[in-house]
Amino acid sequence: MYFGIWITLLLCTFITYKAAFIELGRFNAAVALIIATIKALLVALFFMHIKGAHEKLLKLVVISTVFFLFILLALSMADYGTRMWS
Amino acid sequence: MSDSTVVGLHHEEQHHPELLHHFAEPQQQRDAASLGMWIFLGTEVMFFGGLFCAYLIYRRWYFGDFGAASKSIDATLGATNTAVLICSSLTVVLAVWAAQTARRTLLIGSLVITMLLGLVFLGIKGKEYKDKFEEHHVPGASFSFDHVPIPGHADQYANPRHAEIFFSLYFIMTGLHALHMIIGLGLFAWLLFMAWKGRFTPEYHTPVEIGGLYWHFVDIVWIYLFPLLYLIDRHP
Repeated sequence: MYFGIWITLLLCTFITYKAAFIELGRFNAAVALIIATIKALLVALFFMHIKGAHEKLLKLVVISTVFFLFILLALSMADYGTRMWS
Repeated sequence: MSDSTVVGLHHEEQHHPELLHHFAEPQQQRDAASLGMWIFLGTEVMFFGGLFCAYLIYRRWYFGDFGAASKSIDATLGATNTAVLICSSLTVVLAVWAAQTARRTLLIGSLVITMLLGLVFLGIKGKEYKDKFEEHHVPGASFSFDHVPIPGHADQYANPRHAEIFFSLYFIMTGLHALHMIIGLGLFAWLLFMAWKGRFTPEYHTPVEIGGLYWHFVDIVWIYLFPLLYLIDRHP
């Protein structure tokens, strides 16, 4: 139930912390962010009760929020990331 | 429909006293409250999103300098704070469940523990800020970040101006987050007061639910802040 999610969240935090000290090159950031996303999903789906929510429009609101944030981050990074100026 | 046609008069026993008249039934009212809070959280995501965007751009530009600056903040305290917030999210969810199942003691206890954990979080943050202040890592006239090697390149020193940008972002993002925590503590103090007065029942505990949504959001922001700010380049 909730306690299972809680333990999983604590475990993920521990893994993130420990993984930061392992040399993974470019994947350090990716691993940390993937684990963070898993934790955020767990909190959102189960603690915030998105899973099994009664209101159908709710999922649309949440997904579009994430979508617009994604546009902000992806397009900004793509802009700066494709400038080949040294 | 058994509508009361006389304005100003209605029969109390026809609907729950907390049901507002522009809603057809309690479930619709609950859904509307939840949806409203989620839309507000959407605006908050954009609020923090802009800061995250700025952070990502600067991190990409000045990766080495950011790594050096990130190494100087205490990752153990950060991880502890993450665990504290995760525990507080658990107590929030327990508080909602307690309200749903009419467990008054558990409800009040959970709200109290949530607030205590929030205060612990702010206390640890205060300690971190104090350390930064003493090390002259607070951006401004007294900022200094000389001769700090870039992780992985022991022969190169970090650019103090770029490190100052990291600390500006660090203080603004964690400061804004801490402000949200303080607001959350205020909200929960009000929820605690209402719970103490017995205002919440299994039929009506909407403030606990949407207050909980706010608290979980603050937790999620920290879940992303922690790896991005504290764990940039920790491997020796």
